[in-house]
Amino acid sequence: MLKTRVIPCLDVKDGRVVKGVRFVDLTDAGDPVEAARAYDAAGADELCFLDITASHENRGTILDVVARTAEQCFMPVTVGGGVRSVADVRALMLAGADKVAINTAAIRDRRIVADAADKFGAQAIVVAMDAKQVSHGSEMQRWELFTHGGRNATGIDAIDYAIDVARLGAGEILLTSMDRDGTGDGFDLALTRAVSDAVKVPVVASGGVGTLDHLVEGVTIGGASAVLAASIFHFGTFTIRGAKEHMAAFGVPVRLE
Amino acid sequence: MSIALIDYGAGNLRSASKAFEFAIAAAGRDDKVTITADPAVVAKADRVVLPGDGAFADCRRNLDSVPGMVEAIRESIVARGRPFLGICVGMQLLTTRGLEYGVTEGLDLIPGEVRAVTPADPALKVPHMGWNTLQPHGDHPLLDGIVTGPEGWHAYFLHGFHLVADNPDDVIASAQYGGDVTAIVAHGNVAGTQFHPEKSQRLGLALIGNFLAWKP
Repeated sequence: MLKTRVIPCLDVKDGRVVKGVRFVDLTDAGDPVEAARAYDAAGADELCFLDITASHENRGTILDVVARTAEQCFMPVTVGGGVRSVADVRALMLAGADKVAINTAAIRDRRIVADAADKFGAQAIVVAMDAKQVSHGSEMQRWELFTHGGRNATGIDAIDYAIDVARLGAGEILLTSMDRDGTGDGFDLALTRAVSDAVKVPVVASGGVGTLDHLVEGVTIGGASAVLAASIFHFGTFTIRGAKEHMAAFGVPVRLE
Repeated sequence: MSIALIDYGAGNLRSASKAFEFAIAAAGRDDKVTITADPAVVAKADRVVLPGDGAFADCRRNLDSVPGMVEAIRESIVARGRPFLGICVGMQLLTTRGLEYGVTEGLDLIPGEVRAVTPADPALKVPHMGWNTLQPHGDHPLLDGIVTGPEGWHAYFLHGFHLVADNPDDVIASAQYGGDVTAIVAHGNVAGTQFHPEKSQRLGLALIGNFLAWKP
């Protein structure tokens, strides 16, 4: 039986983990490769690196991080952040990424999704969507895509977009609620459910996890195939194992080995 | 023993070679793993591994773009009878044809076709992505020591297409995902895994160890 995945996400800037990883004593809490090894040992199902390096000159640092991770741990890795072209996807795949997440570039021109899937297969292409609710009060709920950390509205309907990129060749949707991101209030379950019901491809729920019940709800109510979280794992609030045992207790199938 | 990992522009070579080195060390062996784009090295290697990461048609084009490589693979498998392992699309390329992005000819070493995964349960998502257990179809040396069945070890899958063999006996293990998804095939000295052994931790390393010891 296919198991629901638990995915820690590391923000990486100029080759270093932002804010560090504290759930184990690492020699260097800011080394993404050490963090990856620790999560591999802890039983994470995949790892997500989100590269938030601002300057174009330092974009190569993530390739080095991915290559060193691929050499040192046997764990599937998704890499996103700043992917602008099929050449960027190729460079990350050759460095050892298993999947590459495309965000803003696909909003600008959706053809990158089709072009990348044609080269690397849909299974390797993740479209990352940052969505915010735009409906008010008793209106039917609607969400739109935002860029630049939720600051810039695009006017694009999140559900329509998800359907379209899945049709073009996205093999997975990484769905972040910008309303919930960083709040600890839990996933936007209505958004997660709406996207998950609209597309045939797996949806990874992201943004807002504060408790282990949130992880369960993302799957049982939101319909997500995988749950992604950052701070609850990095700072040791919960362990990967603890999260999975909690999910299993609520009937969510997970890999415990 | 020499093990050649074929470099034809597919990703994941580092992971695959490191996983082989790890399995070799764990088994107390002294095999040497070489990542190579040289057909002469492939033809002479004691064991050959064809990794693969990508779309069927694109991988086939990349393989064909290395002069002499397809011939070297055939020499290794057919003329020399050396054990061969395809991984993911590397496994899919072993069959007669692939149906991803049009019809593309494979190497036709395991008769069959690569078709879209179509789970009977419409609620199941495609691609088949994540950790799944294996269901063995009888005994096979490649499965030695691997705990299979619903409570068994997990393999990491990442694919929307799978190999459907003309001869069901060529499938030695499947995963359950709204029906059978082909997980491991073997036909004579040619084997392949749909999942990524280099990403499948305990199960993957055990399978690589079994491949190194395999005497087909």
